[in-house]
Amino acid sequence: MIVEIEGLSKIYEGKQRVVAIDGIDLSVEAGSLFGFLGPNGAGKTTTISICTTRALPSAGRVRIAGIDVVQSPSQARRSIGVVPQYNTLDRACTVYENIHFHCLYFGFSRTEAQRRTTHLLEQFHLTERAQAYPAQLSGGLAQRVQIARAIAHHPKVLFLDEPSAGLDPQSRIAMWEAVKNLREEGITVVLTTHYMEEADELCDRVAIIDHGKILIEDTPAALKGSIGAQRVYELDLRNHAGIPQLIRTLGAQPGIASAEATAKGVRIFAGGTEGLLSEVVLAANPYGLRDLTITETSLETVFIRLTGRELRE
Amino acid sequence: MPELATVETGTPAASAQGSLRTQYLRAFAGLFLRDLHVLRRELFPFVIRVCMNPMLFLLVFTFIMPHMSGGASMNPTSAAMGTSFSTVLLPGLMAVAIMFSGIAAVALPLAQEFGITREIDDRVMCPLPVAAVAFEKIVFSAMQSIIAAIVVFPLAYYIPSTPVVAHVNSWPYLVAVLILASITSGALGLTIGTTVEPKQIGLIFGVVVMPITFLGCVYYPWKALDPLPWLQRGVLINPIVYMSEGLRSALTPALPHMHPAMILGMLTFFLVLLTWLGIRGFKRRVIG
Repeated sequence: MIVEIEGLSKIYEGKQRVVAIDGIDLSVEAGSLFGFLGPNGAGKTTTISICTTRALPSAGRVRIAGIDVVQSPSQARRSIGVVPQYNTLDRACTVYENIHFHCLYFGFSRTEAQRRTTHLLEQFHLTERAQAYPAQLSGGLAQRVQIARAIAHHPKVLFLDEPSAGLDPQSRIAMWEAVKNLREEGITVVLTTHYMEEADELCDRVAIIDHGKILIEDTPAALKGSIGAQRVYELDLRNHAGIPQLIRTLGAQPGIASAEATAKGVRIFAGGTEGLLSEVVLAANPYGLRDLTITETSLETVFIRLTGRELRE
Repeated sequence: MPELATVETGTPAASAQGSLRTQYLRAFAGLFLRDLHVLRRELFPFVIRVCMNPMLFLLVFTFIMPHMSGGASMNPTSAAMGTSFSTVLLPGLMAVAIMFSGIAAVALPLAQEFGITREIDDRVMCPLPVAAVAFEKIVFSAMQSIIAAIVVFPLAYYIPSTPVVAHVNSWPYLVAVLILASITSGALGLTIGTTVEPKQIGLIFGVVVMPITFLGCVYYPWKALDPLPWLQRGVLINPIVYMSEGLRSALTPALPHMHPAMILGMLTFFLVLLTWLGIRGFKRRVIG
């Protein structure tokens, strides 16, 4: 296991005691693409900060490629590449110099650094912008430079914190491609996201995290399969008093895996693919059915199932 | 902070230690090269920054004023000491140049890097202890301070209407004072840059730079404060006092000055104190 997290917790003491991470255990296999999925404030960024030596844990330990990040931070950094949420490119240096100096920090000779920089600029289609300053780059380009710089010293693990935050859809797809290509180089990628499509599309394994705890961890397919349903019906009802009765009625229907109460009405997890709509409407009509939405099960459904809340609140 | 490599590499401990040192040295050199590269590109602003203050000071007080009628009486210090004001000013202006470089080279850029851009995060990710990243800032600033101090010489030679009387008794002493003062000022810059909130960095000129300059025995020797014993004792907490007195004793020993042992001792004291405070503040800022 290239990333090993044991009993990790982070508590900010102060006027308001905040438990950012509440006992996380996790291992990431070498060469895989691992995702932390959770809402803002779930503890994803704090976990990444501790893994990348930029924050100290209150308890627990993290080892990257066998090196303890608290005991030997500067040794661990050789195995770590980081792309933080915000743009940390050196504003006083050009794109070329950003990567070039990064190589020098990691002990490359000038010729090696030159070769590596040229290669990375080509790989990330940045050669034309080599002499541009970070302030002149669009968000998507700056993100690409940051990824190129982060892997310049051949780290074993690349941490991406909310890589698609603030990117337009086109840049996001370009970024996904770049990240997928990294796997072919054998780099393990750990990313955080609150976009379920991103976790679903990119990751081999996903850990769903909320309030500093890992709720579940598996492959996206297995997570979606755990719902035991293919579709989710959200009913918006006028008459809330009859909800328990309705849930009982619906629960007995063939093809419905389960039903539960929500703030607005009822949520139905349906196993079958078709033929249910008219029965659902028929059963719900006496309770003042106002609206009905049908969605395919996704990681979002998994999150809702585990927390009772939607991911983007 | 000493670090222990926790990974079994199978190599003898001695060579692992050696490679760790090489790793640190290379990372440190890389950071220094980066700073040097950026400074070289911004050479013109650097020259302006370094020259402007001593040049204007010398121009007004040692060239324009002496040409005005009664100008000499406006320089009570020099009248009391029986020497030209330019001789009093030379070490003082060098001290200001050294101190100001520390602020401009460390405190101001840090405010930006800690503030909006968080650029510092990338340099903190170097394979180097965080304290060494902070120390690189001090060393680089010290180099700029030394350049700034040396620049004062030709200015003080050419601008004043009455020549400066400088005489170096001991070169090693001058070099020691210059280096101690420069590193101390870099540490002062680091302390200020890590203590002051980035958005309030503009305030430091009024709150820190001006008071420590004007009460730093820059424009008058410390001995000249004899008539004001409370002030003479009060300014002893100001590190700039030892920078200007140190340079005064090394360059213009004819003027009254503090005892060299006191100067070297206090400079070392402030060097250790400010470096400790600065590195502690830096760690607090970058490690959550």
